[in-house]
Order: sequence, then structure tokens, then C-alpha cells
Amino acid sequence: MRFCKNLFAILAILSLIGLFGNHQAMAKDTLKIGSFLAVTGPASFLGDPELKTLQMYIEEINANGGVDGHKIEFVHYDTKGKAKEAKNFVNRLIKKDKVDVIIGGTTSGNSLAVIDIVQKAEVPFISLAGSIKIVEPVKKWVFKTPHTDKMAAEKIFTDMKKRGIKKVALITGNGGFDKSGRAQCLALAPEYGIEIVADEKYDNADTDMTTQLTKIRATDAQAIVNFGFGKAPAIVAKNIKQLGIKLPVYESHGVASKKFIELAGDAANGIRLPAAALIVADQLPADDPQKKVLLSYKKKFEEKYGPVSTFGGHAYDALFITVDAVKRAGTIDRAKIRDEIEKTKGFVGTGGIFNMSPTDHLGLSLDAFKMIEIENGNWKLLY
Amino acid sequence: MDQLLQFLISGLTVGSIYALVALGFSIIYNASDVVNFAQGEFVMIGAMSAIFLIKAGVSYPVAAILAILITAAVGLALDKFAIEPAKNATVVSTIIITIGASIFLRGAALLIWGKEIYGLPPFTTNDPIKIGSATILPQNLWVMLGTGVTVFAVKYFFDHTKMGKAILACSFNKKAAYLVGINVRRMLLVSYGLSAALGAAAGLLVTPITFMSYNAGVMLGLKGFCAAILGGMGNSMGAVLGGILLGIVETVGAGFISSGYKDAIAFFVIMLVLFFKPSGILGKGETERV
Repeated sequence: MRFCKNLFAILAILSLIGLFGNHQAMAKDTLKIGSFLAVTGPASFLGDPELKTLQMYIEEINANGGVDGHKIEFVHYDTKGKAKEAKNFVNRLIKKDKVDVIIGGTTSGNSLAVIDIVQKAEVPFISLAGSIKIVEPVKKWVFKTPHTDKMAAEKIFTDMKKRGIKKVALITGNGGFDKSGRAQCLALAPEYGIEIVADEKYDNADTDMTTQLTKIRATDAQAIVNFGFGKAPAIVAKNIKQLGIKLPVYESHGVASKKFIELAGDAANGIRLPAAALIVADQLPADDPQKKVLLSYKKKFEEKYGPVSTFGGHAYDALFITVDAVKRAGTIDRAKIRDEIEKTKGFVGTGGIFNMSPTDHLGLSLDAFKMIEIENGNWKLLY
Repeated sequence: MDQLLQFLISGLTVGSIYALVALGFSIIYNASDVVNFAQGEFVMIGAMSAIFLIKAGVSYPVAAILAILITAAVGLALDKFAIEPAKNATVVSTIIITIGASIFLRGAALLIWGKEIYGLPPFTTNDPIKIGSATILPQNLWVMLGTGVTVFAVKYFFDHTKMGKAILACSFNKKAAYLVGINVRRMLLVSYGLSAALGAAAGLLVTPITFMSYNAGVMLGLKGFCAAILGGMGNSMGAVLGGILLGIVETVGAGFISSGYKDAIAFFVIMLVLFFKPSGILGKGETERV
């Protein structure tokens, strides 16, 4: 079947060339974008919208004549979230498919696993995973688009400083995201003059966190920070309400989905969290440069697939940073594309405004995170 | 000391959830000496069916009853299509079959209901009740009530009904039970159906507190299994005792030692108990090497 389809496409292209004689536009090489994402498996809630986003926009770009006449050929493999598969597929993308750029690596584990391979093969790679370790220290061929947990901790502490909060209780789960967030909080707190007075932990499958919170209640903490995602933060929120603790509560960007509000119910009200602007796109002021991009992405994605998530947005950012770089480079030479990706300036994406440099392969500032408060079961943009 | 009261109450609430799940293990164990590792999946299927029936517009009580029936049907099917065909299998092989079944049921739930996490509204209000300086949610009282009712129902079933006694007879000696006219195959079928129904009821009771997703049965089943082992497998009073003990050890350990080592402390206590009394606290004297 696929063979027939390809044959048909080739015939169609041949006939087009014959009819219009538009040799120049058609003769340009295709831009090969390779991708390895965790579309199934435990991280599928990240990988699935990423793949959909890439496919949707590549189709659109090709329908509009490609990037400067280069049609995009998209090669994709599903890693199921396994680092070993990620390595195999990246080798295949480089050696067999001979791609020009790689976008992918849904989870931090998958992304970190392939860094050596892309560095050696000298292929530009834009990661869609959170960990700061991917771009710090800077690696020549590796870039990334999602916000880091370090930024989330910084944003939370900045907000605390504004409110005069000096003593903080931490409560985190046992997942990779939770642990990394906890480490960032502990490392950054002194810089902001914040003292961590409690450091409680739970298992992400636990059904009750009142014990840990009772201990926190007995300290002189002025606020509670919970790093996590899934159902555990919702149970934490409910238990805080059950125990009648009135302290300000901060969550991480891990709960920036409507599911959290649905599960925690009215216990979610008053909780603050840093998150990408996508979830409050319609609340942004009209002159916000991101507003147009966000609303357009949201509309397109939701018309085709249903509710949008910030994760697909990271794929959007990676794809269009690449497209812009190819346009500026005027060629699909890997090294030139890499140089241009590094020179990305003022790119307005869904995650924020990207300004990359030889020392910063992410290029987002703290403004890329918005501080959000949950009010009456809805997101409210604070600043 | 203010803290201790809350730790104990938290332990009691967590423990009653474990106990409720642990009770589900006892019926199949009493019928065939088999530990059914798909028990956690019964809990999940009961809760998920109810959640989706309510989403489809069915009223809460009707959805709850339907969910219990659906899960019982799954239990019957498990016996009919997986356990019964392997009728000559040893206990260990049968246990391995139930592990396989649990993976299968989890996969099926993933395909049918997806990966999302869901909750159920509490049976009554959600306002915490104050006991001194400690608080407890009304739903926790429902769980305890459910545990209480179940433990006596299970006990009554095995001690005072003909069918319960027949099931027990099957576990003591299949051949002898058959010779006195007990339909062994039928009794096994009934025990799977009842266990599944009990699991589903547990799922309905705990979901307003713990939420539910396709894979949440694993943890609930594991903790319930620990509680059952701790208290004495097959003994319904033991399941309750084991569950509550496990809950309190967890919370007091987390409260006074370290929340990071909560599970380690609990498992240490379990190992200690089993070291001195391998059949569990209320378990029968007989020891069996596995």
C-alpha cells in the first residue's frame, strides 16, 4: 500500500515538473527532520502531543511549499520512554536515515542518553525534555526548548521574596521530576534568603500525606512547596485543607493541567504555581508578543486533536526554531543550521521568547514562566 | 503529643484502606490456598467502572451496584477462562496465573479507560471532622464502616453458611470435599466472583480519598497483600489487624523517624513479625515452607 502511495506521489511530482517546468523549486533537496519520542509508555502524555504537533505543522509547511523550497521529510521512531531504544533510534536516524536535524527525546533520561551520539556525529539536536543537565554545561550540538525545574524553583522563590516569606517547608515525591525539583529548591534557597525548615517525602503511589503535613504544621514554616505531578499533589492539596493548614501553597509546573484542579476540587483554590503561558493564553494582555502565537497553536491543535498541553508546545518551538535557522542559513548543511540555531534571537514560541547564544542553548529567561494562582477552579494569571 | 494523635488517626485511615483490600484476599485463599494477585485489579476495575458509568449519566448508587456486578463478572471470567482450564496446576502455578491475569486486566483497563487519573465524589460531605487537635474526613469513616461490615460478613459467611463451609472444605481437601458431594468447581467459581465483588466495593469506598487510574491497583493490592500476610492469610480479623498495624507503623515511622524511609520501616516491621511468627499474627499454627 505504502509503495503504491509513494509511487503515486512520485508520479504526481514528475507530472508537475513536466507540466510547469518549475525545475528550480523542485530540485532543492528535502530537509530531513528525524525524531524519537516516547509516544507510548509511561511518558506518553508528553510524547503523544509532541508527535501530533510535529506532524500537523510539517504537513502544513509542506503544503505551503516547504522551507525556502526545501520540502520536509519527517522520520519518526517511538522510544516508549526507554533510554536504550532512544540510543538505537538516534543511531539509525543518523546512519541510515541520514537526517539533517533531530528533534525529540521526550524525557530527560532519553535526551541525556543520546547526547554523546549526536555530539560525535555532529548533528544538531533539539531536546524536548526538562532537565537543566541537557544544556548545562553547553554542548555544541545540543539545544532544548522546555523550561527547566531550576527556573520553576527560581520563579517560586522570587514570588516568595515579594510576599516576604522566609521559612519554607518542602514536601516532594520519589519520582525523578520530584527529586530533581527538590534538589534545585535546596540548592537555590540560600540565594533567595530562604530557609528550608522541613523536607518531607512521600511515595508517589501513597494515599495519604497527613502525617508529613502534620510535621510541617508543627514547624514555623510560612509556606509549603510541593514538587510533583500525577495524583500525589492533588492528595497533598486535599490533606492540607483537611488539616486546616492556612499557609500559602506552591506547586510546580508539573500540575499545570486541568486534571489537577479536577482531582483536588476546591482544595486547589489559592495554590500558586509557575507555568508556561499557554494555559493562560486568553488572559494575556493584548500587547503580549506571545499571545498571537499561543492562541493560534491552541486553536489549530484543539481543532484537530482536542485539549492542548504545554508539552506539544515544546515541539512547536523546536520545529520553528529549526525552520527559521534553515531559512537564515539558506542551506541544509548541518553545521550551518547548528550555527543559526545558536544565533536564534527574539524567537516568539509557546514556551516564551528564545534568545540563544554560545553560552545558552535554551535561551529562555525567567519571564518565560508565568506565576499563576488557582481561583474558583480556574487559572488566574498573576504576572 | 498533639502530633501523635494525628499520626494515629492518619494510620487508622490508611490502615483501614489496606484492611479493606486485604479482606478480598481471604475468600480465594480460603477456597484454594491461592493468593490472588489480581485482587488489586478487582479494586481498580470496580472503581473505574463506577467512574465511567457516572460519567455516562448513571446515578451514583446504580453505578455502584453495576460496577460491583461488572467486577464480579470479571472475577467469574477469570476463574472460568484462566484458573479452571489449569485445574491440575499446583498452588504456585495458579498464583503465577493470577499474576499474569493482573497484567492482562491492567492492560485491558489501559485500553478501555486510558491513562488518566480519576476521582469519585465522597459519599457524604467533605468537611473534616475534628477530634481534639486531629482531623479526619467523613469518607474515612465510611471506609472504616465498610471494613467493619465486610469483616463480619466474611466471618459470618465462612462460619455460619453452608456455602462458606463448603468453600473452606475445598481448601482443606479437594478430594474429600468432592466425595461428600461438594461441587468443587462451582465453589471456586463462587469464591472468585465474591472476591471480585468485595474488591469492587473496596474500590468504590477508597476512590474518593485515593483517586484511581488503570495502574493504581498494583499498589493497593501490594499493601493489602502485606496486611493480609502480617495479620495471617485467610483470617478476616487478621486482615483488619494487619492493615491497621501496617498503617500505623507507616505513619508513626514517617512521623517520628523519617518520611523518606516510611515504606522501609513498614517492611522492616513485617519482616520482624514474619521472622517470629511466619503464619502472621492471627495465622493458624501450621507452618509451611514455600
